[in-house]
Amino acid sequence: MPPKRKNNISINIEDVGMDVDASDSGSEVEARRRAKNRRAKPQRKAKRVSDNDDEDEEEEDEDESPRKRGRKKKAKPRDSEDDEEEDNRNVKRKSSKASRKKAKDESDEESEDEGEKKKKGASKKEKEENKEKGKGKGKGKQGKDAGAEKDKKKKNRKLSSSIEEEEEEKSEGESLSEGEMAALKEEVEEKKKLIATLRNKPWRMKRRLTLLKEAQDFVEKFEGALGKGKGRKLFAFKVMMAKKLIKLKRDFENFKTACIPWEGKIKDVESHFGSSVASYFIFLRWMYGLNMVLLGLMFGLVVVPEVLMGLPYGSIPRKTVPREEQATAMDYSTLTDFEGYFKYSILFYGYYNNERQIGLLKFRLPLSYLLVGVGIFGYSLMVVIRTMARNANEGGDGGDEGDFTFSWKMFTSWDYLIGNPETADNKYASITTSFKESIVDEQMNQKDENIHLRRFLRVLANVLILCSLGGSGYLIYYVVKRSQVFANMNKDDLTWMEKNEVEFVMSLLGLVCPPLFEAIAELEDYHPRIALKWQLGRIFALFLGNLYTFLFALFDEVNAKLESEKDIKNATILALNEYAANYSSYYNTTNVPPQNVHPADVIRGPCWETAVGKEFVKLTVSDIQVTYLTILVGDFLRAVIVRFLNYCWCWDLEAGFPSYGEFDISGNVLGLIFNQGMIWMGAFYAPGLVGLNILRLLSSMYYQTWAVMCTNVPHERVFKASGSNNFYMGLLLLVLFLSLLPVVYTIMTLSPSFDCGPFSGQEKMYDVVMETIDQDLPAFIGNIFVYATNPGLIMPAVLLMVLALYYLNAVSKGYQQANIDLKKKMQMAREEEKNRRNNKDSTNQVMKDLEDLLPNKSLIPPPAEEEPPPPDVVVDKGSRSPKVKPGAAGKGVHLQRDVSLAAPNPRDPVTRDPGPRRGPPENARGPQPGPGRGRGGGRGGGRGRGGPPRQYEY
Amino acid sequence: MGNKQTIFTDEQLDAYQDCTFFTRKEILRLHGRYHELAPHLVPMDYTNEPDCKVPLALIVNMPELKENPFRNRIVESFSEDGMGNLSFNEFVDMFSVLSEMAPRELKAIYAFKIYDFNVDNYLCKEDLEKTLNRLTKEELTPEEVQLVCEKAIEEADLDGDSKLSFADFENMITRAPDFLR
Repeated sequence: MPPKRKNNISINIEDVGMDVDASDSGSEVEARRRAKNRRAKPQRKAKRVSDNDDEDEEEEDEDESPRKRGRKKKAKPRDSEDDEEEDNRNVKRKSSKASRKKAKDESDEESEDEGEKKKKGASKKEKEENKEKGKGKGKGKQGKDAGAEKDKKKKNRKLSSSIEEEEEEKSEGESLSEGEMAALKEEVEEKKKLIATLRNKPWRMKRRLTLLKEAQDFVEKFEGALGKGKGRKLFAFKVMMAKKLIKLKRDFENFKTACIPWEGKIKDVESHFGSSVASYFIFLRWMYGLNMVLLGLMFGLVVVPEVLMGLPYGSIPRKTVPREEQATAMDYSTLTDFEGYFKYSILFYGYYNNERQIGLLKFRLPLSYLLVGVGIFGYSLMVVIRTMARNANEGGDGGDEGDFTFSWKMFTSWDYLIGNPETADNKYASITTSFKESIVDEQMNQKDENIHLRRFLRVLANVLILCSLGGSGYLIYYVVKRSQVFANMNKDDLTWMEKNEVEFVMSLLGLVCPPLFEAIAELEDYHPRIALKWQLGRIFALFLGNLYTFLFALFDEVNAKLESEKDIKNATILALNEYAANYSSYYNTTNVPPQNVHPADVIRGPCWETAVGKEFVKLTVSDIQVTYLTILVGDFLRAVIVRFLNYCWCWDLEAGFPSYGEFDISGNVLGLIFNQGMIWMGAFYAPGLVGLNILRLLSSMYYQTWAVMCTNVPHERVFKASGSNNFYMGLLLLVLFLSLLPVVYTIMTLSPSFDCGPFSGQEKMYDVVMETIDQDLPAFIGNIFVYATNPGLIMPAVLLMVLALYYLNAVSKGYQQANIDLKKKMQMAREEEKNRRNNKDSTNQVMKDLEDLLPNKSLIPPPAEEEPPPPDVVVDKGSRSPKVKPGAAGKGVHLQRDVSLAAPNPRDPVTRDPGPRRGPPENARGPQPGPGRGRGGGRGGGRGRGGPPRQYEY
Repeated sequence: MGNKQTIFTDEQLDAYQDCTFFTRKEILRLHGRYHELAPHLVPMDYTNEPDCKVPLALIVNMPELKENPFRNRIVESFSEDGMGNLSFNEFVDMFSVLSEMAPRELKAIYAFKIYDFNVDNYLCKEDLEKTLNRLTKEELTPEEVQLVCEKAIEEADLDGDSKLSFADFENMITRAPDFLR
């Protein structure tokens, strides 16, 4: 054989990929096939099929031959197998061309060869086939007599005839028929698919590269040939464009990954602290992206147009600091309170003018302001929900917990991202603990009395936490009430403490409560991942309570402001009338010129919108301060002290009491979420807040990654973050909804201030939309709008939506049910399978009972010998497995090799009869194989083996 | 980016991008890392596909793998000679499979290879014991190890041959919520 192989080396190399996707000789064989097809069209299909069959057969051969050859060449790699096969074929091809006689010789040699191989279990059929092969080659030239001959013969004929036609093809040129085109196209498509999915194939890189090259060459070569006549050029152009597009896409992908910021930083953190801490930073980055879009909307459509095209500072009252404030307007303390110049700047609602169209572009600022304010919510809602949906899809089927506790622990508990020795040590420890826990669980099987204690502790913990939640809620309520009292008093009499009591108490609660909750949660003893969720939920409740208490206080204030605004408005109108009356009586004219007052001196209302915006900005700023200070003091200072005082201290500071801080995931995530809620609520009244928030996120990205890397230690029980952070997203969605409520409420019900903001002069803020529809759009759109807002139409629409919701809900429930059923079925099948293999049919109790009722049962000696079954079962398993595996593993070659390697295994069940040797135990279990056989009858011979022993007994 | 032409040709980079989950930049960075491992062995110029391999001991000391209990196995299962010597192709291959983008199915195949210590295409009890001891730094008592291994096999073994074939493994692992990376 070796010499032959030499001849055909080039083809052999190509042939490596043959079995995978029929690529290889692709170009060559395919070309021949095409050529031949032209002549023998009617037969084409049949041959195609036969070709496939052929290949199947080859594969079968492959599976079989090593088994038979087993002793000779045990570890013969698959590729060489292919080579050989191809050798034969090539030989045939050549021989047919050269001389008939030689072919015969060759085939004889071959058949001899194969005959040798199969000496032991040889079948005559095989030999016949070989002979036929030879014949086939001989007849090859006639080529056209079809019939009931063997597949291989056909193929040989085809091959030989194809070679003749190769020359013809050259002369005829490249005109292809439709069918061939389709076939070629298919092939090209296949290649393309291969190229696209190559990276998912578990092959060695070298092989992948060669395959890729081949596939690309093939596509290159034949893609151009697909078009014909006039269409060819167009087709070539199309192909070229497609290529360019792919290139462009790839470049874009490269660009996109290059644009993801902080990837390196996050990976760094990830390798030190595991994926749970990293998940916070990924969340932070996501938030940053979201806020960048919000910033773009807000600044691009509201702030920048106002700055560029609106009236400048100092031109009208709302854009000017009032006279009495001017003295202190630039003081530091004023500015930190966002009074003075800040209050009358583009940061806040009040600065914007209510002119309908501004600048050269006739930009409708008030309309844009309202739409952006609402659009921010719309966009955020869409993004959050989309992310959630995507995460949910990625999550996969959660799987049936408890089925694979140990296997999962064993194979998936290591976090492959850990690259830090300390973290790794912690991980080792936590894995060991978790294994021990599971072992204990397994041994105890949950029958310990501790369960009561644990339950009690969990209830106790929840009670304690509810108490502290209630306490904090009451505290805030109390403080807010007090602050309302203070607000009515003179500002100069109040101390700093009294002025800032609300913010102070809220920050303090936010600082004290989470650690308190964590301490209480120790009682519960949950898995850290579950504990984290509980902790998140609790802190969430706390923050939410605080926020809403704050909001209610704010509403009180707004209502008070609205009252006072009415008075001021009336006073202004009164003053104006008075001025007009005086003027007309003095100059005796009805043509009153407008009052000439400096904008700083005009009487103005309290402008509640700006006040609300100011509150939110102040709250955000104080939140930033508190967070950063906590990190600086709580983490950095602590780390410094622990690190350097450790040299001169009486106990080990690093291992003992203060030690280094851990990164507080739950607190940080919630801080981020609530901060975002504040931004959403405040953005409408203080457009500058979005910019402020971007600064905060940006700085906190750098600051916190620094802090975590240099001051924190990894968690004691390092755990993986759950795959999708949908929990965070869910919280975010809730906060988004909760912050949507007050804003929409104010927009829809409260009337805007009369002398500040883009909506001044309107009865309601949304009137600006109505106005635009009435004045600027064609009448029919206004009509449509009127119809659309008609309750008669809205009601049915709502009804329809409810119905759709109901329907979709029902459908999803149905799917869920189907899912559960399928799962159950799978579980059942698995159990069944397992039990059948272990030969203890505990599931099929009914069958067992039936067996017991058989009349023969009484004749069999009572089952006194029940003890032996364990060994019986084991041996049974062992002897049974070989029958089972070919089906299950599907890899005959490996299996066979395995068999020969695994010496001690009782692998020759055919020669041995397990039943009689064991005697009595088998006797006792006699009736059992019955159902086994009955059930598994269709599964092939393996099951039938239960039979003989019984017959033997009876 | 002037040096990228000198390390790889554009076709090579494209080919690598087609075969892996990496972008061009990442492949170049990988080459940088690979070069760093053994500067005297690995040439900077890869345009003519030089044949060189970096031994196991060097690769295992990369910070990415250093703390991994299965580092030797990972490297070995990706090397063509089974001894842990990696050519650049295999090196890229390894990180491609380990990257986040690789699909579960692919990861499962290689995970199976990694856990298969004695390379017989089955996870037998021996393999599991080794796995477990590496995971826990041999903190568990032999009895506990026995128990856990038996349990694991009992859970995942479908065909009752008291060792796990790839089908068993895949069935088990693809349902695991934690099997992501």
